[in-house]
Amino acid sequence: MITTSALTLFGLGFGSAAILSVASKLLYVKEDPRIAQVEDLLPGANCGGCGYPGCSGAAAAIVSGKANAGVCVVAETEAMVAIAALMGQTIEEREPEIAFRDCTGGTRAEERFAYAGIMDCQAAAMLHGGSKSCPEGCLGLGTCVAVCPFDAIHMGPEGLPVVDPDECRACGKCAEACPRGVISIVGMTSRLLHLNEVTDCLAPCRQKCPGQIDIPRYIQQIKAGDYDGAVNTIKERNPLLMVCGRVCPRPCETVCRRNNVDSPVGINMLKRFVADRELHGGTHLPVPCAKDTGRKVAVIGGGPAGLSCAYFLRRLGHSPTIFEAMPALGGQLRYGIPEYRLPKADLDWEIQGILDLGVDVHLNKRFGKDYDIESLKQDGFEAVFLGIGAWQASGMYAEGEDLEGVWGGIEFLTAHALGQSIDIGKKVIVVGGGNTAIDCARTCVRLGAEVIMLYRRTRAEMPANPEEIVGAEEEGVQFKFLAAPTRVVGDENGRATHLEYKMMELGEPDASGRRRPEPVEGSETLMEADLIIPAIGQKPDLTCLYDDDAESCPVETTRWQTIVADPDTFQTIVPGVFTAGDVFTGPDLVISAVGGGRKAARSIHYHLQQDGDIPIPDTLQRDLIPYTMFKEVTGVRQSERAQMPHLCHGDERNCTFSEVEGALSETEALAEADRCLHCGLTCYDRDMEQPEEKEQQIL
Amino acid sequence: MQEYFLLFIAAIFVNNIVLAQYLGNCPFIGTSKNTGVAIGMGAAVVFVAVMATAITWLVQTYLLEPLGLGFLQTLAFILVIASLVQFVEMFLKKMVPPLYKSLGIFLPLITTNCAVMGIALICQRKEFTLVKSVAFAAASGVGFMIALVVLAGIRERLEIRRVPRAMRGTPVGLVMAGLMSLAFFAFKGMI
Repeated sequence: MITTSALTLFGLGFGSAAILSVASKLLYVKEDPRIAQVEDLLPGANCGGCGYPGCSGAAAAIVSGKANAGVCVVAETEAMVAIAALMGQTIEEREPEIAFRDCTGGTRAEERFAYAGIMDCQAAAMLHGGSKSCPEGCLGLGTCVAVCPFDAIHMGPEGLPVVDPDECRACGKCAEACPRGVISIVGMTSRLLHLNEVTDCLAPCRQKCPGQIDIPRYIQQIKAGDYDGAVNTIKERNPLLMVCGRVCPRPCETVCRRNNVDSPVGINMLKRFVADRELHGGTHLPVPCAKDTGRKVAVIGGGPAGLSCAYFLRRLGHSPTIFEAMPALGGQLRYGIPEYRLPKADLDWEIQGILDLGVDVHLNKRFGKDYDIESLKQDGFEAVFLGIGAWQASGMYAEGEDLEGVWGGIEFLTAHALGQSIDIGKKVIVVGGGNTAIDCARTCVRLGAEVIMLYRRTRAEMPANPEEIVGAEEEGVQFKFLAAPTRVVGDENGRATHLEYKMMELGEPDASGRRRPEPVEGSETLMEADLIIPAIGQKPDLTCLYDDDAESCPVETTRWQTIVADPDTFQTIVPGVFTAGDVFTGPDLVISAVGGGRKAARSIHYHLQQDGDIPIPDTLQRDLIPYTMFKEVTGVRQSERAQMPHLCHGDERNCTFSEVEGALSETEALAEADRCLHCGLTCYDRDMEQPEEKEQQIL
Repeated sequence: MQEYFLLFIAAIFVNNIVLAQYLGNCPFIGTSKNTGVAIGMGAAVVFVAVMATAITWLVQTYLLEPLGLGFLQTLAFILVIASLVQFVEMFLKKMVPPLYKSLGIFLPLITTNCAVMGIALICQRKEFTLVKSVAFAAASGVGFMIALVVLAGIRERLEIRRVPRAMRGTPVGLVMAGLMSLAFFAFKGMI
């Protein structure tokens, strides 16, 4: 029996071994020995943070070329270098990424209902969207904290997750677990490329800003005394913060929730405060740029759109070259905005900061004459940005406007900025009610003339900034409202001597919502003038785009002389040719041009890196989000808005081109930052109840 | 036909190999953290259990029993199953690489899976025919797979819940397995 048993087992074993031996010979598959070697170099944490099932999966992916040597989120640089050496790869510096929480709400967002045992974010989000009145914000249940394999995230006192940057490995588990998209893994490039989405934590000011600046964030940084941090936050969206701090008409402030309490936060004053701090510090704060890609991009036009586009392209690692027709960069910042509002020396300083990043410049090069799109392509430029602005003044459509002594508003300001001597005489009539008209009027006052502004509607309907109108009035500019020019009268030498105008009265509202001015018959009056400046609008000069025969133009244009492009990607009908700024939108704000420049740079980046595939988010923010626009803001006490200090007084103000407005002091800036309600989509900071108020309630 | 239907229902629900027979607990806890992994492991168990049961039935019927060596059953079955798994692994790697990749690490894990061994032994104890043994093995494998996938689904949700630190991972997994086992006992009344 024992013998039989032994023989049987031996036979079975031998049979199995024989079969396996033959099978191993016949079925042998050569396996890459590097898989085992790579696996030995990995830390063996099996955390899954790399996206593969364990370290052996990651090792196989590295050897098959599906993953790079740095795929492991736990391995130190030493292991990464060893794996790369084994795989014959080289280690390149990777842009650091980290988990980032974009929600300001936390416990400030009102609860919609009380939980009954379902204490994780995903379940709560599935059940009526969560507990908070905000449909997008953090639910504060800490699911992200539970899933973090590196203990790099914890719930802070405000009910919001706080990321420890030293521990975060950017594995993405928190972002994956968050049902609201509050947490994302971001590096500098993804932050620069991000467009506002309705699912972001967008305070009303963030929604309204054409530059998409994270306004609540930089105001909080100012409040915390982190002024450099505030500058960096602004520079992620706007390289011209010093300029905008001076000339921006502040659309953000029009939707500030404080409007419902007292007056809006002085957002632009705060921007100017930190920008001036950097300016007076004398050195530009370091701006990080991605690794060089070596891709050349031609930026045509050195105005705000072109400068912005070049700045963001450079930060994304590309090599932009600006081609400018004028002798200096800045576009209408330099030639359209007078010195007393924007000192040229300060503008030069800000532009130099952009150029120092590694942007090439060719001045006095006119597009269509010195070069064109074809020649740029031959020179190795892989994409072109057209930001040639709106330099042509619109006419008054009045008889005699071509007489000598009639200057278009932008032409006048440009000639003055170029230092050309202009005979303005003693009496100047400026026609128009916008900021350019005011700039012309205030410039002429400084040149010693008596100035009358003619506007066809009432003062309340003037599109210029109210502060500008008051400033002009204080400097002696006279206004004649409800008056429209009809004819320019000249002398025998062909020089304008008078402007004939008609009085108007307001009729029914027109498409713009303003009441349409209608002429009063028989009210024609002559007004004496040495110089007449129609400043009633501008349009792009597109002649440079046309061939010599002036018939064919490579890009499509509109009847307003603007270039047609995709409103999301800014790409024209010519692949690889992008546009933004006034030549695309028509005359608009500096910050709109800056925002357009960034969006175009984003599109160019994708065009170069992804063969023309430019992604547009599904939840892109296009308009103000209705539920975030409050009619009533409760629980906030009134406080006084800061006043911008005046730098020039009395005669000095009218006679020199010195800067008129100053910056806030640090104390004023901190007080103004403290007025910010730190809004999210629906949440905002309410004032704490005062002890006496509590007592009164108890009584 | 009814007999096979009852055999299936009994093997999957009433006498579930892991929740009622308590076999194969190691892979049950070890590979039930992720639903995808659980499906892979379950499929591998079905495949190997069917093949192992068929071969061990042949070994028992045509080798051990005629020689009166029934007491060598356990040793012989271990030998056969281990060799079979090795062979299947080599075969799949060479001939069906996509299936081999999808089964991945689970094939070698099954070498020491007592559920497979248990299924083969149960078939012998109940004196099933070859066809019935194969049917029972397939049904038991499916029962293992269902239990594994359900537990994985529960554990995936547990990952994002506030579980006391000392109970995280395997401890709470075992508690859940126990609760599932209680739930499966309710099927006892079915047949």
